[in-house]
Amino acid sequence: MSINRIIGLFLRHFFLIKSSLPRILDLIYWPTIQIILWGFISKFFTAYSDYYNNTVGVILTCAILYDFLFRSSISFNMLFLEEIWSRNFTNLFIAPMRISEIITALVVTALIRTLIGLVPAILITSPLFGISILDLGIPLFFLFLSLYIFGITLGLFVSSGLLRYGPAFENIAWSSLFLLAPLGCIYYPIEILPDFFQNVARGLPLVYIFEEARSILVNQVVNYSNIKNAFMLNAIYLFVGVSLFYYSFSQARKKGSLINIGE
Amino acid sequence: MQKSVIVENLSKNYFKKEAVKEISFTINENEILGLLGPNGCGKTTTIAMMLGLLKPSNGRVVIHGLDIEKNRISLLHKMNFISPYIELPKKLSVKENLIVYGKLYGVKFISERIKYLSEKLRLEGFINKKTGELSSGQKNRVSLAKALINEPSILFLDEPTASLDPETGDFVRSFIEKISKEKKMSILLASHNMDEVKRLCKNVLMMNNGVIIDKGTPDELIKKHGKRNLEEVFLKLNRNNHEHK
Repeated sequence: MSINRIIGLFLRHFFLIKSSLPRILDLIYWPTIQIILWGFISKFFTAYSDYYNNTVGVILTCAILYDFLFRSSISFNMLFLEEIWSRNFTNLFIAPMRISEIITALVVTALIRTLIGLVPAILITSPLFGISILDLGIPLFFLFLSLYIFGITLGLFVSSGLLRYGPAFENIAWSSLFLLAPLGCIYYPIEILPDFFQNVARGLPLVYIFEEARSILVNQVVNYSNIKNAFMLNAIYLFVGVSLFYYSFSQARKKGSLINIGE
Repeated sequence: MQKSVIVENLSKNYFKKEAVKEISFTINENEILGLLGPNGCGKTTTIAMMLGLLKPSNGRVVIHGLDIEKNRISLLHKMNFISPYIELPKKLSVKENLIVYGKLYGVKFISERIKYLSEKLRLEGFINKKTGELSSGQKNRVSLAKALINEPSILFLDEPTASLDPETGDFVRSFIEKISKEKKMSILLASHNMDEVKRLCKNVLMMNNGVIIDKGTPDELIKKHGKRNLEEVFLKLNRNNHEHK
């Protein structure tokens, strides 16, 4: 694996972002609005709900965590879409880049894009709502890591589709996370779901991640088995995601989609 | 004469359609080979297979003695491509684009290389401008700079002077002519500009419906078909082909 080539692909997106104030503002704007909105909803529920009584910030913390997942996945997809929109796809694939280098470069760049958007949003939660996500303590790192891996994995699934089917797959890129959100049990316990959906939801790492966040904030109990389950499921999905990406690249080479994807 | 590229019985089928049918040819070191044919005849498909972008259904492409299918990454270091149908990111400046591609191709002294190409291709005046803000002539020279950033030994040029004014077109042609001699490059030139092909190419392949229907030097082809120029040969061969279909 060549660090130089990974830096090269990272620079392609870094140059794009740093020279465009609207792009930077766009990255920051949506997470900030999302956090402010959920901050007020959170305040309301804290005052009027028994479940959330005296647990200031449960909803807001879950909103921040979900937004982190959402931004990670969208950032990964955006990097691929940028190449399609700029008709640069062919140039990229005739450069001597290994698939592993492309994935690594996108993983790093997506993280930086996500943090540019989310860090300012997290910083305003304390002065505006008196809440700090850092209250989750050390497990917060594992929750973020787990969400990031799942976000990247979803990005890999969608990018595989883009690679194979081209821009026609773009709408799926935007809607993929909305499909999973209800099953992820972000703002409510899994028991709320009907039995069938509970079984489906248990196959997603999201359920364990958000269950753990609530467990820490509501009951002040750290349950590492939730974190372990989330990582185990993430490992499986990531393996499938990477394999699918390689398979899609091979199929794209057979079907010719690498030639005309940006045209 | 050293053969840089050997194409053997290369075919590509999309479902039941045969886009390229068992074509074979070679490109020697320091040779510009012309690839002529009407739109949709299989030129781009052939180039894509030679670049490893497309997997052949049959046959193989051997570059510097190595099969592209088995050595794609290492061979891509020595190749590059320019086409009016692909672009560089418009929001990046010319210099940023060249830095990115310098990194992707593992160029050691990127600044020096960019400086050299800027001088040769007259990019200095707009090197810090956004690529999307350039005229088509300037964009074309930037694409050429990107295609030469890794000092390729094999270059694929797909209509390199399409939509250029005569002055810029002539500058690009002269540059290609000069650099291919200096660097002993092997170049495959797909073009619809017959004067350009006659001027630059030692040998020409005439392609239609996925097969090579004739080949030779431009003068040989003109003489063989009893025509005044390459354009008339092109028209004759294609009309014959339509009649036989």
